Amino acid sequence: MEILVLVKQVPATESMIAIAGDGVSIKTDGIKFVMNPYDELAVEEALKIREAQGGTVTILSVGPAKAAEAIRTGLAMGADKGILIDPGDLTIDGLGTAKLLAAAIKPLSYDLIVAGHRAVDDDNFQVATALAELLAIPNISMVIKQELADGKIRCLCTVEGGTKEVEAPLPVLIAAQRGLNDPRYASLPGIMKAKKKPLETKTPADLGLAAADLQPLVKVKALKAPAERKGGRLIEGDSVQAKAAQLARLLREEAKVI
Amino acid sequence: MTQQVLVIAEQVEGVFRKVTFEVLSAGRRLAGQLGGSVQAVVLGSGIEGLAAELGQYGAEKILVADDPALADFTTEAYTNALAGLVGQIQPAVILLGATTQGKDLGARLSARLNAALATDAVGLGVDAGQVVATRPMYGGKVLADVVLTGMPAIVSVRPNTQAIEAAAGAGAVEKAALTLGDLRSKVVGKQFESGKVDLTEADAVVTGGRGMGGADYSAVEALAGVLGAAVGASRSAVDEGWRPASDQVGQTGKTVSPNLYVACGVSGAIQHLAGMSSSKVIVAINKDPEAPIIAKADYAIVGDLFEVLPALTEEIKKIKG
Repeated sequence: MEILVLVKQVPATESMIAIAGDGVSIKTDGIKFVMNPYDELAVEEALKIREAQGGTVTILSVGPAKAAEAIRTGLAMGADKGILIDPGDLTIDGLGTAKLLAAAIKPLSYDLIVAGHRAVDDDNFQVATALAELLAIPNISMVIKQELADGKIRCLCTVEGGTKEVEAPLPVLIAAQRGLNDPRYASLPGIMKAKKKPLETKTPADLGLAAADLQPLVKVKALKAPAERKGGRLIEGDSVQAKAAQLARLLREEAKVI
Repeated sequence: MTQQVLVIAEQVEGVFRKVTFEVLSAGRRLAGQLGGSVQAVVLGSGIEGLAAELGQYGAEKILVADDPALADFTTEAYTNALAGLVGQIQPAVILLGATTQGKDLGARLSARLNAALATDAVGLGVDAGQVVATRPMYGGKVLADVVLTGMPAIVSVRPNTQAIEAAAGAGAVEKAALTLGDLRSKVVGKQFESGKVDLTEADAVVTGGRGMGGADYSAVEALAGVLGAAVGASRSAVDEGWRPASDQVGQTGKTVSPNLYVACGVSGAIQHLAGMSSSKVIVAINKDPEAPIIAKADYAIVGDLFEVLPALTEEIKKIKG
């Protein structure tokens, strides 16, 4: 089974995010960059499938040179090789990212692409699904369980208020949701081995794409901090009952939410 | 140039999601700014009877895409159906709810149509003829105003962020001609918990965190019951295995914007705050007066949640009569 995994390097979720002086990007000083948490699920699932069926796991990422760290993390977890697509000075939106990945993947042979269902920086839920469209293969999102048999995949997916099962023939792209698995940690020997695994870097030009092909359709005009919530009111009272009664009254009369 | 706004209505098992009326209302307001009108399309099987309801929220025309292959949502079938309709209508803007299916459909359509996409918008406007969407990034730690160029611009709208306004539209219902093509993916099973309010659409959410101390959420569920609220969980409660991952509120879970959010035994880590700080009113119940959630809450009770929750449940029951 030839498996491709999409990963993105993002600020760790515990990061405080501050807006940079240009007003359209964030300050990156002091921020720890990690593999997107949903992509860890994707890497883990790919490794499990390879362990069961044999094959190769290739990690792809679009990002600056530094994003190679996220690919190395995946290689340290056990993936075989990596491809970094570095757009250089170009500003790329979600669809542009999908176009770069599609161009890199088209010459490869693959049965399955596994991605995280979203990256926790842009939160745009776009790249994986858009890539499947550009490759003209089916996609299945929010996957919490999968089963491969007879050239097909059957996935359990979360939807509002329940789950559904979706089936599609290979090749297919699936997008991981929490609950799919518990990603392994990279072991020390794994980290050592990862340093020697092949990782190639490609530019848009290597993939036959020019700046005009990647022109962003979505542009950030301004970043804003969300409205700060004002300090709370501590409910006082002689007893738990008194506090509860006071809170219930405030929710009805002042906040008008019950 | 026409300035049509096309709203993709979302129905599940023959019932419109509330977000559909929110998006339609927002679509009508946006069409007003663009000097155009709003059309709606509803997809499904045997759904003709549903369509007229959309006219009550300003839809001038309602297209019904009715086909057995559209009975259950698959990204592929819905994308194929919509791409054909978009080709005929040539809308300037396509709006849909940022639900599980809406987010996936928006992404696939954006690639099919080579169109700009903004996911999970909390605000919408027009600036110099271009659509500007306001959307959270970094799990809500930042809000971005993004400009969408080209036609159509696709925006999925976060549930619970747009006011519903009834408005008489012409409401002409028309059956859509469909080309679905070869469909490879299919839904082979589904399970819904009956009567369960979804976290992202609920008017009220009661969340239990590490302070719950175990998988017994009966105190949280009792309060949620009297409030008609959905039950959520913090990441640590999910990691402990007390609640399913689908209940998780926060940066690696769901983002919620209910009218009332009650955090019980939740410390308020930055990832959690990102997922719920756009709630209108926040209540925190925590035994630690220094917990970060207390400083973000509109109302806080410092105390043992296993004493406070039953008392609060009783008091709310009394008030609601």
